[in-house]
Amino acid sequence: MEILVCVKRVPDASENEIEVNAQGTDIERDDLVYSVNEWDNYAVEEAIRIRDKVGGTVTVLSVGDEETEEVIRRQMAMGADKGIHLCDEVFEDADGRTLAGIIKAEAANGNYDLILTGAQADDGAGQVGGMVAALLDVPYASLVNRLEVLDDKKILVGREIAGGNQEMNEIDLPCVLSIQTGINEPRYVGIRGIRKVASVEIPLKGAAGLGLAADAVGPAAAKVKRMDYFVPDPGDGAEILEGSTEEKLDKLVELLKAKGGIK
Amino acid sequence: MTTQIFAYILHKDGKADDSALELVTAARQIDPDAAVTAVIGGHGADLEAVCSEIGPAYGEIWKIDSEALAFINAEVIRDMLVRVLPAGSITLIAHEHFGMDLSPGLSVKLDAAYLPDAVAFDGIADGRLKAVREEYSGQVSTHVQVDLTNGAVITVRPGSFQPDETGGRAGQVADKSAAALEGGVPGANRRFIEVIEAEVGDVDITKSDVLVSVGRGIEDEDNLEIVEELAEALGAVVSCSRPIVDAKWMEKARQVGTSGQTVKPKVYLALGISGSFQHMGGIKGNPYIVAINKNPKAPIFQVADVGLVEDILEFVPELTEKLEG
Repeated sequence: MEILVCVKRVPDASENEIEVNAQGTDIERDDLVYSVNEWDNYAVEEAIRIRDKVGGTVTVLSVGDEETEEVIRRQMAMGADKGIHLCDEVFEDADGRTLAGIIKAEAANGNYDLILTGAQADDGAGQVGGMVAALLDVPYASLVNRLEVLDDKKILVGREIAGGNQEMNEIDLPCVLSIQTGINEPRYVGIRGIRKVASVEIPLKGAAGLGLAADAVGPAAAKVKRMDYFVPDPGDGAEILEGSTEEKLDKLVELLKAKGGIK
Repeated sequence: MTTQIFAYILHKDGKADDSALELVTAARQIDPDAAVTAVIGGHGADLEAVCSEIGPAYGEIWKIDSEALAFINAEVIRDMLVRVLPAGSITLIAHEHFGMDLSPGLSVKLDAAYLPDAVAFDGIADGRLKAVREEYSGQVSTHVQVDLTNGAVITVRPGSFQPDETGGRAGQVADKSAAALEGGVPGANRRFIEVIEAEVGDVDITKSDVLVSVGRGIEDEDNLEIVEELAEALGAVVSCSRPIVDAKWMEKARQVGTSGQTVKPKVYLALGISGSFQHMGGIKGNPYIVAINKNPKAPIFQVADVGLVEDILEFVPELTEKLEG
């Protein structure tokens, strides 16, 4: 099975306090710890497991600047066979739809049976996978938390739905799926694994290489534009307890007693 | 020109989802003078019941009735919607499991702009809609502008808009089934099989008045012990947020959130939980929320009643000790 996994390099929101810069034009990016988007990591793991079971190739694709290469390499160290890095200055202000068009242009070259993305990234949009599927005119399912290959024409897919329930579908290949966290336990990548793929060449392609006109993928093509960043109004917010640890403990125990939190 | 806004109505077992009334408010925030129409797919008596239920909230309701929609598969309804929705209109859908499945592809097929997970709107100017989104689990917000030239598909975060209880609207039902089914039932390459219900765990967290809920801040499975000890000292039950279940440290039945359990405790202690809207969506009945998190920017502090900026690994054992006297 030929599998393409789309991954993204992101600031790790669980490791970082994200702050807005002084101009409100971006977040403060100095000193941020970047990594592969958490959901994407599950998608790569799932792809590798499928390949190990039924054979084939796993290709990791990412759209992003020069530093994106380290993320592709890390996913190759997990066990992906190939990497593709789509990088061009004109991609910088791409919206979700433009990104999907860039990925579609590369995916259409590849004869992939299965295209996986993470269910979302830290911007919470979860849009690119469904768009790529629609552009390629193949079926899509999101929030996938179970995947079983039935034969070389179809797969069994479980989707997460409300209340911890699972929607089961049979889907014809080729298709696009967005993978939810928890579907597997992604393997650990050690320094030795990274070293092993350190010299593997990762092909780099820009708009021209993909046969895309610059004005079709540049800022002008974006229908959705981010105007600024700001800190959300905290509303009433919590009463933050201050003071020494002892004072905080006393106050908290008092509140818990008053609210019926202690039996 | 009047803005045409369609609100896609989610429903289950013949009852409309809470988002059905929230989308009316969202539509008014986009354009107070918009023509707002409900659009709803389903089958038989369940569909009729939902049309009657939402009638007072919507002037007009477009229904699509087909056996193929008895359980709604996003791929099937998507192509039906493409057949009936007028070019250039705005379609609103709740940003949840179904909305995320349907909407990105729908926007492509309509050649419309796609705005995911909007939490507020600030009107239309010069053919552009201004909206607010959140990024990085709600640590920062952004204003975005959406080009409405070819219309837009917008997913709206559940709970972000007050339900519109005005009522008294006409609720006139227009049957769009024929147009939606012209050319046959679409989406044959993704076939719905069944819904597998969540497993019941050994403890029912929905029955507990006091929940000690633990999140990513616990860092390691071995540290869960300190949470269990606190729960014991309080006479409470331990629940958790998604990352704990993903890591297989606790069973799914202990997970609070839109993809887990909906709980209604009197007191909720959130330990090392950032407070994503999916997590908060599982907490009902307005409990007293205590948040302990070392990140002062964690969104949980916006919704909690009382907060402590502390590392739970240090603070929780001290709290337990204090309680045990």
